[in-house]
Amino acid sequence: MEIVQRPHRDNLVRWAEQRPEVLVLSADLTSSCEADGFRDAYPERFFSMGMAEQNMMGFAAGLAREGFFPYVHTFAVFVSRRPFDQVAMSIAYPNLPVRLIGFLPGITTPGGVTHQAVDDIGLMRLLPNMTVLECGDATEVEQVLDLAQAVPGPVYVRMLRGEVPRLFDPAEPMVLGRARLLGEGEDLIVLSSGICTEEALRATGALRAHGLSVGHLHVSTLKPFDDPRVRAALASARLGVITLENHSIVGGLGSAVAELMAERGIGARLIRLGLRDTYAHGASRQYLMREYGLDAMALVRAAERLVGEPLGIDEDALAAVRLETMGRAERTEDL
Amino acid sequence: MESIPARPGAATAPGDIRRVATAIRRRVLEHTLENNGGYLSQACSSAEILATLYLGVMRLGPSTAPPTPRPFAGVPGADNPHAFTGADYNGAPAPELDRFIFSPVHYALVLYSLLIELGRLGPDALDAFNRDGSTVELIGAEHSPGHEVTAGSLGQALSQAGGIALARRLRGDTGRVWVFMSDGEFQEGQTWEAFAALAHHRLGNIGVYVDANAQQCDGPMDTVMTTEPLAARLRAFGAEVREVDGHDPVALAEAGEGVGEDGVPRVVIARTDPCRGIDRLRERWPKLHYVRFKNEAEFNLYRGLLAGLSEGDA
Ligand SMILES: Cc1ncc(C[n+]2csc(CCOP(=O)(O)OP(=O)(O)O)c2C)c(N)n1
Ligand SMILES: [Mg+2]
Repeated sequence: MEIVQRPHRDNLVRWAEQRPEVLVLSADLTSSCEADGFRDAYPERFFSMGMAEQNMMGFAAGLAREGFFPYVHTFAVFVSRRPFDQVAMSIAYPNLPVRLIGFLPGITTPGGVTHQAVDDIGLMRLLPNMTVLECGDATEVEQVLDLAQAVPGPVYVRMLRGEVPRLFDPAEPMVLGRARLLGEGEDLIVLSSGICTEEALRATGALRAHGLSVGHLHVSTLKPFDDPRVRAALASARLGVITLENHSIVGGLGSAVAELMAERGIGARLIRLGLRDTYAHGASRQYLMREYGLDAMALVRAAERLVGEPLGIDEDALAAVRLETMGRAERTEDL
Repeated sequence: MESIPARPGAATAPGDIRRVATAIRRRVLEHTLENNGGYLSQACSSAEILATLYLGVMRLGPSTAPPTPRPFAGVPGADNPHAFTGADYNGAPAPELDRFIFSPVHYALVLYSLLIELGRLGPDALDAFNRDGSTVELIGAEHSPGHEVTAGSLGQALSQAGGIALARRLRGDTGRVWVFMSDGEFQEGQTWEAFAALAHHRLGNIGVYVDANAQQCDGPMDTVMTTEPLAARLRAFGAEVREVDGHDPVALAEAGEGVGEDGVPRVVIARTDPCRGIDRLRERWPKLHYVRFKNEAEFNLYRGLLAGLSEGDA
């Protein structure tokens, strides 16, 4: 599997070159949010706002009212928690095209509870007018700016930084409102998002090797959540549905799926994997994914609950699943 | 080195404070090398401030916490009776004793190192630093040794300290509340809301020490978002402000005298050098916020500096 170094950093510079109306605002985390390349390339379009996120949101709103497209860069927690009211009233209510680029999703930071955005998707989904996107690999990091820019209102992007694996073929573009079909099957339907998709790919590989028919969709548009393919997949689940997300099970992907199933009268069992209505603490990503059940093994255990018997899949079996870039050849047909 | 026990209210010789400050720098450098990265410049700028607070300003009782840091016991909640804070490293609370609120928690390693020098933490406490399942976190939270509130979303601790100070006044406590802050925190609007409220409610039982190292993540503060003239701004908000050399233990201690005797919040702006004691850091300016060694040669160079620091000439 290819690992891409800092995909957002260069992509932002390239992408913004012919878009003079695109500005970047930063709250003292410029390199940490890979906006340093933009700052150095287009200093006249980069604005340092200091460590003052609430004020930064107001400035972004004002710039957007005047026809600019501010790309606000900071950590996801400092987009969603600290300035929530400013995002809601200054940006979301007037439906302004501000793009909020939030880094370090969920437990991907060793920074502890204050740096872990485990409720950002929920908070942003709550806001009328807000579109919510999440990147799951380097291809999506490189393509998400096009998606965001095409939306006439505010957009929250849950972004990845640093070493980012490439799971998806760049020739298979990320599409607004469309989940990626990673596997067809009807015993179990798995929906995953963000960094959890890599874990889910491992688990679904092992589950299929055990003869289960597993449908798998990767969700990158959390709001609006109305993809007909997702609806059809959910309706086809024979034993049940499992969601896996790097977020609280309240308000995120699991909630969106539960709402959709209930409203559509889809009567299948649903297991939501994610942080179970708890805060976390500072530790390595692998440790926290294990502790809070966000990893491949957690998905296997959930599958066992739905199947009703142990499947005998151990760590070795999961480790043995090789992940290649999901190219055209491996891609299964549309539903 | 002999650990220096807590002697509430007793002045410590400036030489001792300097010795502790040097030991802090040494330990933080050691762990920066071990982790191949760390908040090293914060040790350089704040070592004397924190050492002076503990040895020459605050009246604290002896630690009641275990020398070996407790593992993480889960987040606070109704179903978790085991959650704790790291405040007991600063002693049991008492009406006449002071309280310490640590705000810029990315400085945690500096505080842990100080607590070790003071004998409040065991000599091996940093074995747990940044380890999975440990409370000795890279960025401290309220369960971390010496920490009382969860402050990593910066600019939130001063308001919480204000509430504690108000509660103490309501209770008739004579002890004071000391807050350690970084200068970057003065960019957050909440900091100024807190100062407005401290002055409005005449909370003179609170004293704030600021590490004014003029640095933040993106570099020099005046290039990111200036907060100067800081002293004048704070005075306009109703605080009594003292500006001192942040590496001078005598000046630092004097600047905290008399807090609690009137209704005016005190701020000590400690002007500091983010490379003090480790001169080689200057070549990395203006990127000092988080130090990571670029190659083996640099690693060895800093390893060599460690030996120099252990000789204890601050
Ligand atoms: C509300 C908030 N915004 C952003 C951050 C990220 N952050 C951590 S430290 C820091 C720099 C703050 O300035 P200062 O503490 O003076 O930096 P230093 O002197 O340690 O370099 C920033 C922006 C944070 N922790 N909290
Ligand atoms: Mg600073």
